[in-house]
Amino acid sequence: MTASRGGTTASVAGLLRVTRSAVRGVRWWVASVMGDNAYARYVEHLARRHPGAPVPTEGEYWRVRYAAADAEPAARCC
Amino acid sequence: MTVDTDVVRTDPDQPPVALRQRAPLTTAARITYLLIALLGAVGWTMIAIVRGEHINAVWFVFAAVCTYVIAFRFYARLIQYKVVRPRDERATPAETYANGKDFDSTDRRVLFGHHFAAIAGAGPLVGPVLAAQMGYLPGTMWIIVGVVFAGGVQDYLVLWLSTRRKGRSLGQMARDELGVVGGVAALVGVFVIMIILIAVLALVVVNALADSPWGVFSLLMTVPIALFMGVYLRYLRPGRVSEVSLIGVSLLLLAIVAGGWVAETEWGQSWFSLSKVTLGWALIIYGFAASVLPVWLLLAPRDYLSTFMKVGTIALLAVGILIAQPVVQMPAVTSFAIDGNGPAFAGTLFPFLFITIACGALSGFHALICSGTTPKMIEKESQMRMIGYGGMLTESFVAIMALVTAVILDQHLYFALNAPLGLTGGTPGSAAAYVNGLGLPGADVNASFFSQAASDVGEQSIISRTGGAPTLAFGMSQVLSDVVGGVGLKAFWYHFAIMFEALFILTTVDAGTRVARFMLSDSIGNLPGARKFRDPSWRIGAWTCSLLVVLAWGAILLMGVTDPLGGINTLFPLFGIANQLLAAIALTVVFTVMIKNRMYRWAWIPGVPLVWDLTVTLTASQEKIFSSVPAIGYFAQHNAFVGARAAGKQTFGTASSPQAIDAVIRNTFIQGTLSIVFASLVIVVVLAAAVVCVRSVRAGGLPTTEEPDQPSHVFAPSSFLTTAAEKEILAEWGAAGRVPEHSGHGSAAS
Repeated sequence: MTASRGGTTASVAGLLRVTRSAVRGVRWWVASVMGDNAYARYVEHLARRHPGAPVPTEGEYWRVRYAAADAEPAARCC
Repeated sequence: MTVDTDVVRTDPDQPPVALRQRAPLTTAARITYLLIALLGAVGWTMIAIVRGEHINAVWFVFAAVCTYVIAFRFYARLIQYKVVRPRDERATPAETYANGKDFDSTDRRVLFGHHFAAIAGAGPLVGPVLAAQMGYLPGTMWIIVGVVFAGGVQDYLVLWLSTRRKGRSLGQMARDELGVVGGVAALVGVFVIMIILIAVLALVVVNALADSPWGVFSLLMTVPIALFMGVYLRYLRPGRVSEVSLIGVSLLLLAIVAGGWVAETEWGQSWFSLSKVTLGWALIIYGFAASVLPVWLLLAPRDYLSTFMKVGTIALLAVGILIAQPVVQMPAVTSFAIDGNGPAFAGTLFPFLFITIACGALSGFHALICSGTTPKMIEKESQMRMIGYGGMLTESFVAIMALVTAVILDQHLYFALNAPLGLTGGTPGSAAAYVNGLGLPGADVNASFFSQAASDVGEQSIISRTGGAPTLAFGMSQVLSDVVGGVGLKAFWYHFAIMFEALFILTTVDAGTRVARFMLSDSIGNLPGARKFRDPSWRIGAWTCSLLVVLAWGAILLMGVTDPLGGINTLFPLFGIANQLLAAIALTVVFTVMIKNRMYRWAWIPGVPLVWDLTVTLTASQEKIFSSVPAIGYFAQHNAFVGARAAGKQTFGTASSPQAIDAVIRNTFIQGTLSIVFASLVIVVVLAAAVVCVRSVRAGGLPTTEEPDQPSHVFAPSSFLTTAAEKEILAEWGAAGRVPEHSGHGSAAS
């Protein structure tokens, strides 16, 4: 009796854990695809490849990025 | 585990950077694939053989998805083993040239999202809808078989070539591998094909919005919404892209609802009821303005909106179809497929079905994304299968759903929507008479059937709303209102769908104009004395080239808008032919590289779709140029109207005035000439490639421009799911305190 109740609680907890990690995964995916993490990743890139290089602010980073997109446009398909 | 797999290290002090998995399928996996194959077979049996009175649309989803899974696991893997032979110990351009900007290692699942958003637009939504006039079966078969053996192969292999060549573009690779003549022809081909694609997509928007105050108002509102988002991201909260996109999407939904209110008012109707010609000009002016404005202000925010809407709406539609389980109304094959006299476009099943459905089955335009953008972001060579082949399978799924939304519509409705004005007469009464005369199964309809259908979706008329978008919107509104909101929300869903398509198309028009401008200024810059054009920061040069590009597609757009023959039905075949001729160029480059590498045994993998594609497109081109049937041959039509003018006729066919007769004479001449240009360019490319191939075979292989190997120092899993062996290696990297670069998956569900 208690064992089965314990099993139920455990499986509910397991389900919750899976759901929570799935929600976290979806949020991470959406944020990454849209570009929310782009700046953080750039800072990480600088630290790894060019330690000591001046780190731009987030606003500066996006300005440079959009300017690059202006200079060399990427296609969107039909 | 170690028995089945080999790990590869490029540095003895580092954890492994590659994994060679030779594990045969486990029994459980075998059973799973067997069940998937069985379910797919049941789906195919239901739609292709049983063909009952009431086929449930869900069978289409099963047949498609199960086929994709099997093709991805087995055929794409064959291509991987025999052609691509990825070596994960070799650094990709993203690792070697990492600059945090365009060369930027990106998590495979994120890159899949980027890649899908870049390849899938309005194309897979429009072609299948038009092709539905031939019945549901030919379109379904071509979309699914086509993607497995042609579209997926092209995308995968172009991605392969470009990733091994520092992310070079298709045009550059053509020049490198085929020589100057082939290269220049390919470059010119890409440019003119881009122009026709933009023009036809713009025509789809015009046709969907003409005389629709609701649609025009909602779409117009996307401009201030995008501007607001741009300013928000630049000055208020840089980098909060999801946040601003959510705000943008909410405003967008509000704009759709508000469109309904505006369309009810008198001022709304008088301000926003625009004719096709006005809309055409508005799009031309807009296209120019959008392409010279800074990216951050309009293009980027609209792109965020379109990505959000793209993924969201496709998922919504898929769930909608599974829940609503609509029943197919269109027969398996209609007489139009055999007789070639369909109203949406003329011509018989072969070759015209295969060019009408390009995107979703085989889309040459993807070669431009698979070379250039995506290869600079890929982490590991083995991921090319899921990105290239997998991305294309997903687009194919979008096409299948578009087809489903068209074939579940009442057939009378479908043909009234898709037949040109010259046939339907434009009023509910004349349209009813026209569709009743088609001999469709089911009871005849009367005028009030069409007036009711129009008022259900909040439109004044739904007669001859050609171009595919309104039909898709109608089908989507039927499916989604079945699930959420009932008839009361039908008008909302209709305009939601119209907006969603128009949004994609505006993004494509804007981005396409920019890319074409770039190509143009680059080419002009090669001429003596015009070097300055190559400098993208030289405003005058950029503006001049933008104007030239916009005028080029604008002229074709206006030609389509005012075409007495209907516009879409005459121009869409050009769009399809152009797109698939681009595919022919891409497959030719791939095939040639394989021959140069002496991979003769497996050259059929790109060779078969190449031969098929050339057969289809060149047959279609030949018919469009030489057919003596006026509805099919541009010059036959041209000559018929020239004859009518010479005979002094005031009206002829669907042309109701001497000016209209002149318009047809002019339009058919331009369209015919374009057909000749497209086909000739491709023939030049293929001949140039043939010369290279023969030389290579005689010489026992020729060098290609593949970049030399660089050892990789990162590790990343290969496909959608992380395998147990891959998890072990990731754990090793974690334990060594050397989390692979840009892993960022810490928070991901793995």
